[in-house]
Amino acid sequence: MIPSETRSKEPTMSTARGPVPDQEEAAPDLSAMGERRAGHGITVNGLNAYYGAQHAVKNVDIDFPANEVTAIIGPSGSGKSTVVRCINRMHEEIPGARAEGSIKLDELDVYDPGVDLTAVRRMIGMVFQKPNPFPTMSIFDNVAAGLRLTGTKSDNLRERVHRSLRAVGLWGEVKNRLNAPGIGLSGGQQQRLCIARTVAVEPEVILMDEPCSALDPIATLKVEELIDELKARYTIVIVTHNMQQAARVANSTVFMLDGEVVEHAPTNDIFTNPKDERTERYVTGKFG
Amino acid sequence: MSALSLPEVSPRRRRTDRIMRGVMLAATLLALVPLVLVIFYLLKEGLGSINGAFFTQDPSGSFFGNVGGVRSAILGSVEIVLLATVIAVPIGIGVALYLTEYGTDSRFATVVRYFVDVMTGVPSIVFGLFIYISLVLSHVGGNFTAWKGSVALALLMLPIIIRSAEVVLLLVPASLREAALALGAPRWRIIRKVVLPTAAPGLVTGSLLAVARGMGETAPLLFTAAGASGLTFSLSQQMNSLPLQIYNDVLSPRSAIVSQAWAAGLTLVAMVLILNLIARAISRRSRVA
Amino acid sequence: MESSATPASGDRSGLERSSLSRLPDRALSWGLTSLAILILALIVFFFIRLIGESGSTFSTFGISFVFGNDWDVSRNIFHGAPLVVGTLITSGVALLIGVPVAVATALYLTELCPRRMRAPLSGLVDLLAAVPSVVYGLWGVFFLAPKLLPAEKWFANTFSFIPWIGGGGSSATPTNYFIASLVLAIMILPIVSAISREVLATVPAENKEAALALGATRWEMIRMAVLPYSRSGIVGGAMLGLGRALGETIAIVLLIGDAPVIGHHLFSQGYSLAAVIANEFGEAQGIHRSALFAAGLVLFVLTLLVNIIARAYVARGSRGMRVGASADLAMAAAESRS
Repeated sequence: MIPSETRSKEPTMSTARGPVPDQEEAAPDLSAMGERRAGHGITVNGLNAYYGAQHAVKNVDIDFPANEVTAIIGPSGSGKSTVVRCINRMHEEIPGARAEGSIKLDELDVYDPGVDLTAVRRMIGMVFQKPNPFPTMSIFDNVAAGLRLTGTKSDNLRERVHRSLRAVGLWGEVKNRLNAPGIGLSGGQQQRLCIARTVAVEPEVILMDEPCSALDPIATLKVEELIDELKARYTIVIVTHNMQQAARVANSTVFMLDGEVVEHAPTNDIFTNPKDERTERYVTGKFG
Repeated sequence: MSALSLPEVSPRRRRTDRIMRGVMLAATLLALVPLVLVIFYLLKEGLGSINGAFFTQDPSGSFFGNVGGVRSAILGSVEIVLLATVIAVPIGIGVALYLTEYGTDSRFATVVRYFVDVMTGVPSIVFGLFIYISLVLSHVGGNFTAWKGSVALALLMLPIIIRSAEVVLLLVPASLREAALALGAPRWRIIRKVVLPTAAPGLVTGSLLAVARGMGETAPLLFTAAGASGLTFSLSQQMNSLPLQIYNDVLSPRSAIVSQAWAAGLTLVAMVLILNLIARAISRRSRVA
Repeated sequence: MESSATPASGDRSGLERSSLSRLPDRALSWGLTSLAILILALIVFFFIRLIGESGSTFSTFGISFVFGNDWDVSRNIFHGAPLVVGTLITSGVALLIGVPVAVATALYLTELCPRRMRAPLSGLVDLLAAVPSVVYGLWGVFFLAPKLLPAEKWFANTFSFIPWIGGGGSSATPTNYFIASLVLAIMILPIVSAISREVLATVPAENKEAALALGATRWEMIRMAVLPYSRSGIVGGAMLGLGRALGETIAIVLLIGDAPVIGHHLFSQGYSLAAVIANEFGEAQGIHRSALFAAGLVLFVLTLLVNIIARAYVARGSRGMRVGASADLAMAAAESRS
């Protein structure tokens, strides 16, 4: 879809690259991660989330089906990011924040007191709004960071880092400078690096909190292509304020307003045939 | 669909996490042990010697009989530090005003800033030597005098005042300044009517912290104000001070004098702590307001 | 308009543009600038005078004032290696003890501590800096040194096989390198901790979240995202602590033993540059006094170098922010954020 000339014109890409990258390697290559696999769905039930006294998410029920991309749209302050941050329990990292209700990964209750927080987060990966590679680490080390936690070593580690970089279509662009700092990459490359870091630990679910809001249109397109590929192996939840993006990547879309779910339907229906008047007004740009 | 089970978090990782959290908590508690011990022993050894005479008499200096009190030391400390404050605060705030209002990013201002930063690292004893060389050796207005001690302390306090004042002055919203400038008001009037009043609580806080620092310094006074255990209000004579009194008392073999040193230490710490607490209270209140 | 003689104070509208009303402005600008120049000039003047006063020492003893090992007042021989070595040993050991504790404290206060406890606990750690040097000296002499002596002897005897650390246990005195270092460690702890706290506070939340979202434990998050990011700032903080330790005087005079020799082990008496100045200044004359000035000069240059290096590190560590100019300030800043 994107001409290759455009691709190689990314602003901060090193000019002193080796041979011209072959295009097969530059494209996302999920087969690098192995066969398509059945993922696991997420069920949110009666979720309420608070920041201190502020009630940010009100009684939310959502099903996120396995191996599908579900988009959450809504105006800012509608609680969409908070819902996502509750799923991998990042919400509770914010001082004064708490959540109630049930979130299940298949049959596993994420909020069960017996559940290990770090294990939950390993199963449910997250990509953030702003690309956030570890600034002191090289490209390689960034991708390896999560793997090293569990003691993956040497050959196996290298193998999995390379695979993850191929999977996000970054391999061709960085294979000759794996030891360069991760923050030296362009914004779009950084975000794909962060996705590589997330898929490297092979989670079941990937949460994306407005992953393209800091990226230019071309980088955005690349990430969207990647999301489409990723659903072969992962269940994906993407928060976006960009309705076109939801329309492009999501199988189903959730519209949230003031902390509540207004409507959850197949993406096509949400945009062409919304049931709720508020959804219609939002998707037609009458407010928001 | 494969059955779902959470990945095992290895016991080693959990253990390391728990141990390191424990270590960091323990370090924090350990850091507080000396504070508790110092204050406990100051109270235990010092309270007993605090009585009427402690505040109303001067040190007798004799090896026998009554050891006297530390009136001259307390008053001397207050006088010396007061004069140091009178010298250092206007100069300090003046330099800070230069840095924020006039110099801003000019090369000279950068040099001044760097010097001020480096000055904070100069040992207090070196400031004592500076003043000794330039004022005592050359017999400017006598040999050892209280005011020279004040000058040494003022030098020590200056960088603290300049830096804290600069930080506070920079916090004055640019919009306030610009609003006044847009009206055509001259800069000096903006400084007087807008900048200084807005920054006042912060300036006081920084100055008080500097005063608290100066209050506890001993080394610079050794070479400048040194001596005399008698009471004097003349800043052009040698003058006693609490830190010097304690320093001299510690070296004494007499237990009554050592007890007096503890009491004087308690008094000094109390004065410094009170200054610190006032400074914090002001900075906290101004933040709320 | 320009030459209008309307008095500045007469017109409160602030719209007039008379040169007279600009006069105070220009005066203030010049006044404040010359004040800044004056401060710089003073420091330079002091430095030159200090070099002048110590000149006769360096012309007499040359480089051996720093490297020669013989400080004998009665023979007027002033080779200051015992002072330099004592200063370096006590400061070095103080860093070894103080910095890990200070950094761990800072990590606990910024990353682990319950939010409600953060401000009060930080305030308490900062209070360590409010205790004057002479009081630490007093406490060290009458409480810490006698209390620790048996433990020091036991340690020295038990670990006598470790060169320099052990040995000499039976001859250990209450005042020695170790006790001076320990009190120094306590004294630099609040500065290093406050600056570390400032530096740690600059670690972007998104880096920490990235680590947590990968399934890192708290400690792994600290190792992965917090420490690497703040390393140079913490190094700078430790160096500023070193600067403090090098110049610390009164507590050290009282605790190091004031023996002008290079101690053979950790628990032997020694001397430091600052201590020798404070202790011998009263009766020093002629070349002796000049030697003390020279000691002051060496100390000044040493602390200057350490501070300049430290500042470079802190500036790099805090990404352009100016932090940690002084302990008091770092604390005020840390305080105002909590």
